[in-house]
Amino acid sequence: MSSVPLQAYLIVALILFCIGLFGALTKRNTIIVLICIELMLNAVNLNLVAFSKFGASANITGQVFSLFTITIAAAEVAVGMAILIAFYRNKRTVNIDEMNTLKE
Amino acid sequence: MSGEVIVFLLLSSTAILGGILMLNLKKVIHMLLAVVLTFLSLAGLYVMLSAEFVAAVQILIYSGAVTIVMIFGIMLTKHQAKEEKNKNPLRTTLVGLGIVVFFVTIYLAIRNLYFGQEATALHVNNTEQIGIKIFSYYVIPFELVSIVLLVALMGAVVLAKGEEGDEK
Repeated sequence: MSSVPLQAYLIVALILFCIGLFGALTKRNTIIVLICIELMLNAVNLNLVAFSKFGASANITGQVFSLFTITIAAAEVAVGMAILIAFYRNKRTVNIDEMNTLKE
Repeated sequence: MSGEVIVFLLLSSTAILGGILMLNLKKVIHMLLAVVLTFLSLAGLYVMLSAEFVAAVQILIYSGAVTIVMIFGIMLTKHQAKEEKNKNPLRTTLVGLGIVVFFVTIYLAIRNLYFGQEATALHVNNTEQIGIKIFSYYVIPFELVSIVLLVALMGAVVLAKGEEGDEK
């Protein structure tokens, strides 16, 4: 019997998710926003792994799902960085509030 | 207080510390290193949850690959970049308020969550179990994920290469 309950893991994941959400909504540097999104995905991964040990029908499926999430997150970072570099080549800035070309 | 609780408290406080440092540091590269701290302590939490394979993948992909890509992104753009003071305190306050409401809501929902039994056989041949599960139940998602990776690879190359005659 494990001595750390499920809620402890869920609360850690919730705090990390809130930190990531706050950073993604308030930071101005695009790289930092990408990192914050990664942090949120990590928090969700922690939830999946915790449920794979403590969930209603606890089995290995949660870990498989978290592997899929990690793969998608890696693909997302690659595409995000490519977009960022293409944007920087055109506008010489990485500030997210200057990314308003579609609005004009 | 058992050893498991002590390890859990250490790892989770390091993870949250990394996140808070990321929000407060000034230079972009320091923020990235703070997030690496969070990723590593999350890998420790995965080991505590008897998910050794996921922990190894976490260290390889997040602390390795994602961080290197981010560092390339920082170095190829403004590598002296600093996060200047936020000029919009009203937005920060509103976002903070919304996130506090979100936190309290979810906390009230998960406060009394309890499912009874816990899985006991996850740590026995963990990698073998994951392999059997993927290749006997999740073959089609696995192949789809490989296609997604291929598309992302080609898309990243095309996007980052730029247009013809754009050499400077």
